[in-house]
Amino acid sequence: MTTITRKPENPTAHLTEADIEQIGIELDAIRQDVIDSRGEKDAAYIRRIVDVQRKLELGSRAVLLGSALPPLWVLGTVGLSVAKILENMEIGHNVMHGQWDWMRDPKIHSTTWEWDNASTADGWKHSHNQVHHTYTNIVGKDNDLGYGIMRVDEDQRWVPFYLAQPMWNFINACFFEYGIAAYDLELGKNLRVPKDKRSPEFKANLSKTLKKIRKQATKDYVVHPLVALPFGGAVGALTGNFVANVVRNVWSHSVIMCGHFPEGVETFEKKSIPDDETRGQWYVRQMLGSANISGGKVTHLMTGNLSHQIEHHLFPDLPSNRYAEVAPKVQALFEKYDLNYHQAPLPQQVYSAWHKVVRLSLPNDWLATTTPKNLPSQLKTLWAMSTKGPKVRRAAQARLTQLARRQAAEKSAGQAEAAAA
Amino acid sequence: MEDMTTLPLPAPRQRGAGRLLRQRARSLAQAAVTPLGLDDLLDHFHPLRRGAELSGRVVEVRPETAASATLVIKPGRDWAGHVPGQYVRVGVDVDGVRLWRTYSLTHGPRPDGCISITVKAIDGGVVSGHLVRRTRPGTMLRLAQAAGDFVLPDPLPGKLLLVTAGSGITPVIGMLRNLFSRAEVPATDIVLIHSALSQAEVIFADEIRSYADRGLLRLVELHTDTHGLLDVDSLDELVPDLADRPTYACGPAGLLDALEAHHEAHGLVLHTERFRPVVLAAPGEGGTVTFASGTTIEADGATPILDAAEEAGVLMPSGCRMGICMGCVLPMKEGAVRDLRNGALTVAVPGETDPAGVPIQTCVSAPAGACSVDH
Repeated sequence: MTTITRKPENPTAHLTEADIEQIGIELDAIRQDVIDSRGEKDAAYIRRIVDVQRKLELGSRAVLLGSALPPLWVLGTVGLSVAKILENMEIGHNVMHGQWDWMRDPKIHSTTWEWDNASTADGWKHSHNQVHHTYTNIVGKDNDLGYGIMRVDEDQRWVPFYLAQPMWNFINACFFEYGIAAYDLELGKNLRVPKDKRSPEFKANLSKTLKKIRKQATKDYVVHPLVALPFGGAVGALTGNFVANVVRNVWSHSVIMCGHFPEGVETFEKKSIPDDETRGQWYVRQMLGSANISGGKVTHLMTGNLSHQIEHHLFPDLPSNRYAEVAPKVQALFEKYDLNYHQAPLPQQVYSAWHKVVRLSLPNDWLATTTPKNLPSQLKTLWAMSTKGPKVRRAAQARLTQLARRQAAEKSAGQAEAAAA
Repeated sequence: MEDMTTLPLPAPRQRGAGRLLRQRARSLAQAAVTPLGLDDLLDHFHPLRRGAELSGRVVEVRPETAASATLVIKPGRDWAGHVPGQYVRVGVDVDGVRLWRTYSLTHGPRPDGCISITVKAIDGGVVSGHLVRRTRPGTMLRLAQAAGDFVLPDPLPGKLLLVTAGSGITPVIGMLRNLFSRAEVPATDIVLIHSALSQAEVIFADEIRSYADRGLLRLVELHTDTHGLLDVDSLDELVPDLADRPTYACGPAGLLDALEAHHEAHGLVLHTERFRPVVLAAPGEGGTVTFASGTTIEADGATPILDAAEEAGVLMPSGCRMGICMGCVLPMKEGAVRDLRNGALTVAVPGETDPAGVPIQTCVSAPAGACSVDH
């Protein structure tokens, strides 16, 4: 995909300035409706989820004590995985967004919450709430877009390093909580600074994060196995915790990829965003830069309602349990203004996001132009591009682009013939 | 029992070891539940346990008049007790929002360990209406420890005058119940003047009348609809030996102000408990408040910092919301605030005033220009 302003057909070209401001007004009204009606039921909802999550986690950990018996290991590990997912997604993420601050309950408040994750609440609130939600899908500004290590856009020049990005992405998925912690710290950027010149702020945050990681690891990999030791479940508790953490990591990574990375979700150029971006313009960017996952109640709960990623990005601080009722109104607004409400089931969105990761790991047009018949010659081209200098890369890239154009032309000619026949 | 006496007393070292073991067990449990606190988990099973943040469970809601009800509350194990006449701050979830108010405790210490508050639903009162009409037994409330110095002296004086109006009876009923439930009722000569809007509006009507019938006190009951408002200047007609009686009064600001003026003029002893803030001063300019978290809010000169901050989503400590209980006090590092009750300015200047900040009552202070609060 290409940033929206470089596309031949900008999907917002048909909107007038007045349209965009009107969208802002209509979305503000939807938001106000929820704010005016939130109350006791919503408070009961989040308290129930917190209660269920904590009891599920306790229960699962108790079951893991007996993990010497394989069925108990499976049961405990599944329960713990679900509990950790709920804690991070429906509770932690949303509480730290301030979705429940209106309750004025210090126990469920964005300023006091700490989550079961390697990254600290403070670090995450900065990189996620401030940076990602403000600069959503702006290439180079939004770290959620490839986490600074991936090629997320055709306009980023391809180099052989990117061939490994499906692997990076997979490793990042498995250890996602550490990935998040690293990019909350802007670890890559800060580690390039000589040790004695690193900012005191970075050093303080680093030490906080390390301390948190130590506590988290002590809990999952030392204390609970130790408690299970007398029951013969030490190894089972250790592996159960490890698997639950990986399951939670892969799950949350997948959900987040689905939110902004499937094919067809728009990205933006830094310079195309006006300094004085209006509320309407900001809303439109959020509308086009997010994708939803369709599904039932369980899907919504387990994704922390990020299945309503579009609604979440429009109204990040509305209680998550209300996105479902807001979604039809938002979708109607998309239709009214002829915009693409990007929505698909989870497997489809995950496939689409991974397809994009693989496609962009290869030179532009390589994947699209490769057929079983021309595979040997395509591989030869890729080998040359990966092993030889930039000059060869440029020439080969030009040939690929040409090939893509020719294939497209042949295809449309074929279609025209078929239509004529 | 005889065996018990022969058992050796546990050696101090063993007790120390026991404590150490408990501490170790606790820190292990803490390490097992991080990033939660152990208490966060225990709250789901036993919120009234020792060591929990103080809360209480409503065990009974008893209507008193059409617009008032008594809530009997089982407080958490850490409830430190109270003296009749004191008040308690209560945190109530109304439409999902935690709101704090202050109510007088209407019983002395009870044998069942419960406490009670009696609430009158005031017009437009979000919390009082909720407590009187929509609260059911089983509801959990947050509590603070009892506070307040509106209490009877010990030993009691020989004569006493109690003046109450409307829901101002609530701290006084606690005092009376406590006195009259003792095995030996004190021989103090008590006069209670109680003024209510009408006969039907008298909270605890049967109870105070029965005290009078039993000769425990002399009751002067005034109903505004027939007798008019209590005229402070005619007090000595109702109570000829006024000068011999220390006065304890609780009621609307108008009554208390008049009583204060009257007693001061006559050199009499008066203790008061105020339920409503004193008359507001003319509002000032307003300004901005910056919190330690980096949040900056704007408030006009008539809006308390507490209200403006809560509106902006800042989690604020709060209490009576009328400048009495000090539950909302925060240190101001720099700037100035104006007291909404009397217009007085409080100023904090870095390097000159307390480096830890000047304490301000956010519920009755509006910013006067830009100020920063350490919270």
